[in-house]
Amino acid sequence: MTAVRCVDLCKTYLQGDQEIKALDHLSIEVDAGGFVCLSSPSGGGKTTLLNAIGGLDKPDSGEVWIEGRRIDLLSKGELADLRLRKIGFVFQAYNLIPVLTARENIEFVMQVQGVPAGARRERSTDILEEVGLTGLEDRRPAQMSGGQQQRVAVARAIVSKPTLVLADEPTANLDSKTADELMDLFSELNSKHKTTFIIATHDQRVMAHVPRLIRMLDGRIVDDIDQHAV
Amino acid sequence: MNTVRVLMMLAWRNLWRNHRRTLIMLAAISVGVWAMIFMTALTQGMVNQMIKDGVSALPGHVQVHHPDYRDDPNISNLIPTPDAVLKAKFGTAGFDQWATRIKVPAVISSERESRGVTLLGIDPARERDLSFVDYDDVDGRFLEGPDDNGIVIGRKLADTLDTEVGKRIVLMSQDPDNDIADRGFRVVGLFGANIQSYEENYVFAGKGTIQRLLKVGDLVTEAVAMGSDYRDVDPVYEKVLALVDDGVVVNRWTELDSYLGTMLAVMDGFVLVWVIVIFLALSFGLVNTLVMAVFERIREIGLMLALGMRPSSILGQIIIESMLLLVIGLALGNVLAWGSIESLKGGIDVSIVAEGMEMMGAASVLYPQLRLEDVVLANGVVLILGFFASLSPAWRASRYQPIEAITKAD
Repeated sequence: MTAVRCVDLCKTYLQGDQEIKALDHLSIEVDAGGFVCLSSPSGGGKTTLLNAIGGLDKPDSGEVWIEGRRIDLLSKGELADLRLRKIGFVFQAYNLIPVLTARENIEFVMQVQGVPAGARRERSTDILEEVGLTGLEDRRPAQMSGGQQQRVAVARAIVSKPTLVLADEPTANLDSKTADELMDLFSELNSKHKTTFIIATHDQRVMAHVPRLIRMLDGRIVDDIDQHAV
Repeated sequence: MNTVRVLMMLAWRNLWRNHRRTLIMLAAISVGVWAMIFMTALTQGMVNQMIKDGVSALPGHVQVHHPDYRDDPNISNLIPTPDAVLKAKFGTAGFDQWATRIKVPAVISSERESRGVTLLGIDPARERDLSFVDYDDVDGRFLEGPDDNGIVIGRKLADTLDTEVGKRIVLMSQDPDNDIADRGFRVVGLFGANIQSYEENYVFAGKGTIQRLLKVGDLVTEAVAMGSDYRDVDPVYEKVLALVDDGVVVNRWTELDSYLGTMLAVMDGFVLVWVIVIFLALSFGLVNTLVMAVFERIREIGLMLALGMRPSSILGQIIIESMLLLVIGLALGNVLAWGSIESLKGGIDVSIVAEGMEMMGAASVLYPQLRLEDVVLANGVVLILGFFASLSPAWRASRYQPIEAITKAD
């Protein structure tokens, strides 16, 4: 089953007088349960593609399909609902709500989804254990290290069991040991929950970690490598 | 319900993120609300006192006269119905207070001076609770009945006439045939009043004595009835209207003293204007606080939108934050106002400006009057207008594009 399908996506930004083609007639398919890495130099279009897949940004033309549903034509409210129920996000930084504790951040999406308190508590306790944050549940983001914060963000992204997790430079602010641990965690969650992961990065360690690597340049796919086969 | 709970939690925690800003804003709201309520109570207290004094000088919330009496208040313009009939009708109508009296202009003379005054021929027992005169605070004594042969004048008038209790004065007026009617009276009492001009202008004598002096038989110039609230005299008015015969006019006090009546209406309007003006000053601070709060949190707002929170929830969160701030400020302001009004229950002495106050018809001691309507008005204005003031920053926050908001602060 196809989790994500993008057809002929185009997106152009204006930088001063200059037009920057962030996506240039790009098409891509990712199967359900896939573990894909998008890599490109800065400005290569990977974040723009990730935002288009997540419904955070609309392409100028082309189609975006998530689990057989075309999303580029949805309203703001419908997109919010789709993100709430289907997609988990991990951003590069600033991805926790500072006034909430680790547990509250993790429960935030479930709370907005309307999950009852008991079930929320149970699931957040499980996921805290899964990401190795047991004992830190009452800490606020400012009281945690970068790696711990990123783990909370990952826990929040997966706790409501989305079918798709989009991560934008998730290891950019982490040391190599923490980055490795995070990628191991992603791999484990991918194999355990069959969650589709699409990770945008230019971190070589991350690229080495994933089964499918898509290289982009100037808004186009220049390489789509099955690393298992390699 | 879950969403509301999470919005409440976020709003509450965000409120205390910048303690100093929130405390300053709370102080501003509290003082503003205190000023709204306290100054309104002070104004209402002053107006209330002025109206009470004014109405007590008439006195009577609803009055019956001959149709020409108001233009020419002389003894020819008598109520055609005999006093006995009026007393029988008013006595059984169930008014809080009522009285019939003669009220005409007269001239009072001592050995040294003469003055024009308003002569009130009254039944003292009926007027005890109507009058601005405290019977128990009279030098000498007050009148003992409608046929009392003495006269009670104000202390200030006694000074002017250079007379005192026990001395004789001469009272002169006109009878219905336009003949001079005069006789000597012994001053039996001197009264005091909140308003000094009352002490100068009013003199009291027995109704029966005056009826005989003016040769009017059993007729009077005025029949009055009082209700329990000077703001709501219509029920009394309707009742009096149903009691009296043709050939008389019935007026509310607001028509008899249009200055006071207009003042009451103006003051009610003034209170609303005052409350709104203070709120407008407050609203600049409130909107500024919210704009800053939103500006500082653009990234988080973008994040929450990206995670699937609907724009309407972002709108709700900012509005809840504003409402929480207002509700706490209101609570503090109300307590502050109540405390200061309670502590000044005994009155605020403004005798230093007594002359100016008296020119306005106000006494030299102000008693703040806390009315539920004014408290509700102040709280309502702050909450309702506060809600509208917070709409703009809240709306802007909810309109952010998630990805632009997240990257804006990077």
